[in-house]
Amino acid sequence: MSMLVALPTPLPIRHGVVDREGWLAVAQDVLAGGGRLVSLWGSSSAGAEGARAAHAAYAFSFESGLAWIELPLAAGEGYPDLAPLFPAAARLQRAARDLDGIQAEGAADTRPWLDHGLWGAEGDAAGALPADYAFVRVQGEGVHEIAVGPVHAGIIEPGHFRFSVVGEKVLRLEERLGYKHKGIARRFTELPALEAHRLAGRVSGDSTVAYAWAYCMALEAAAGCAVPARAAWLRALLLERERVANHLGDLGALGNDAAFALGLAQFARLREDWQRLSMALFGHRFMMDRIVPGGVAVDLDAEGRRRLLAQCDALEPELRQLRHIYDEHAGLQDRFIGTGRVTPQLAAQLGLTGLAGRASAQTWDLRCAPSLPPYDGLNVNMATHRNGDVAARVSVRFDELLESLRLLRLLCLGLPEGPLRAEALSLPAGAARGAGWVEGWRGEVFVALELDAGAIRRCHCHDPSWQNWPVLEHAVIGNIVPDFPLINKSFNLSYAGHDL
Amino acid sequence: MWRILRQIARTGIVSEPAPEVTLEPSAEAGRIQQALLQILGRALCIREVDAGSCNGCELELHALNNPYYNLEGLGIKFVASPRHADMLLVTGPVSRHMAEALRRSYEATPEPRLVLAVGDCGCDGGIFGERSAAHCGRVANVIPVDLTVPGCPPPPLEILRAILTAVQRQHQHR
Repeated sequence: MSMLVALPTPLPIRHGVVDREGWLAVAQDVLAGGGRLVSLWGSSSAGAEGARAAHAAYAFSFESGLAWIELPLAAGEGYPDLAPLFPAAARLQRAARDLDGIQAEGAADTRPWLDHGLWGAEGDAAGALPADYAFVRVQGEGVHEIAVGPVHAGIIEPGHFRFSVVGEKVLRLEERLGYKHKGIARRFTELPALEAHRLAGRVSGDSTVAYAWAYCMALEAAAGCAVPARAAWLRALLLERERVANHLGDLGALGNDAAFALGLAQFARLREDWQRLSMALFGHRFMMDRIVPGGVAVDLDAEGRRRLLAQCDALEPELRQLRHIYDEHAGLQDRFIGTGRVTPQLAAQLGLTGLAGRASAQTWDLRCAPSLPPYDGLNVNMATHRNGDVAARVSVRFDELLESLRLLRLLCLGLPEGPLRAEALSLPAGAARGAGWVEGWRGEVFVALELDAGAIRRCHCHDPSWQNWPVLEHAVIGNIVPDFPLINKSFNLSYAGHDL
Repeated sequence: MWRILRQIARTGIVSEPAPEVTLEPSAEAGRIQQALLQILGRALCIREVDAGSCNGCELELHALNNPYYNLEGLGIKFVASPRHADMLLVTGPVSRHMAEALRRSYEATPEPRLVLAVGDCGCDGGIFGERSAAHCGRVANVIPVDLTVPGCPPPPLEILRAILTAVQRQHQHR
């Protein structure tokens, strides 16, 4: 294996090219060392030689950061299957085959994943249905199937769930995703690199800040551009506000899914207050397009800081009060405790990540890494739990909310003076690569960017939902069907971020 | 229990008046309900179909149900089936994988069915572009659209205003 080359990123990210043996050796090393598969994707160029490559990103530890491993492939050549080592690789490999035509050799599951057989000119003709999909059948006395989606009963993203049940008990859930696929990878190659942060910010709208930051981090690394301190602090401030908004929304929805309407009304009110201040101070209720290449497109004056601090002070007692109400409500706790349990052992085996991972004792939070400004000076407290049930995921959300309020106060009070954007961000003339890695509210968002002569050759966006959707299938086993919405909401995974 | 009651009492009623609609400047909550009753003979039922959005529009649609906008207080509610709906509210550039599901949702909606395309992507494809191998672009490329609501995403009040405008426009055409 060739040497790993460090990319100029705030978190340590290194890139290396390997051969077939190296591809497997790295994966085995990572597994033996307790590391994780962060993402896997393919790249292909339209050129005559049809150059293709398989890519994988691994995390070892906070100190060693992330390793981006690339295996060049000849036309038609496959690459060694990683699914036996990292179960999360299975769907990623199926997606890489659908999108870039690269095949994992000997993969157990060869069904298409993102490709429903409708891409191209004829795909939108009336009556054109997605191709049949070979769901795994559960057989036995009394077993029947419940098919749900793609159009769900609420205001929810589209996807299909196939439950095999006996009576009320779920024996097996199989997900069929990809309904939202809209060709984001190709769309990136059609946009100027300096404007594509807007597309990154719409991969998953609830994580727009995390994606925009990760994309800009990747672009800045490729261009060798350093972000001014004030911009880095404001980025973190926006990211924490995004985390708070989403956690508030989820806690309300979790109450509602357990028939506690007061929880929804109260948390929805708090979330609306929160978004209105985002609108007033940053000009957008979700803070879309506020993180831009080289810095930020917003500023915060003394009056703005005062209003932010006042909102933190107003929210905290309400949160503590609502936490008391949730904790003391017997009916709610009866639904939460023990439901949708993912043991730490299973979580580690399947690579459960983000807040759901932390609720199952997977102690990863990029904000705790030693080198990412401004988090490196804030001593972020990681919220964790060992029970891995709905109650644990609720508890982690409450803990993270309170921690985010603490961080927001520090970010307001310590905001350094200085410029909001780097003076010049010039794109490199030749080939260049960069990567971004950000702890969004749901988990780690990763962006791998390859530029050629200033244009985007490949931009891969990875959502933590890729790791967590398969775990949801395990979390519902043995639970009753009516608990599925509750379990699903406790993960609150992204369809858009996954389907790309 | 006393905590719950105290929280309810402390919060009070936070609902705000509904927005005025240009077609009928004096519209307030009572008038809106009256208009809905005149047109539909009952509450307005909406079926939301996400045909490929980034999920941003859905967050604002959820916000319509929060106590500030209090959508159900106006006699408007989201329903679980297009067969129960008077209006389809569609988001996203329509992905090829969702096009037929959207068509079938439309066909299952009883007349007079109103269709609102919500968000820049639903209006013209937005950042995702007019059309590609993987998506069909704007909602109107797949089913007839009565009104578009631009914005990325449009704030809840704009969506509410458009819902009311579509209903009143329908009323005037009768």
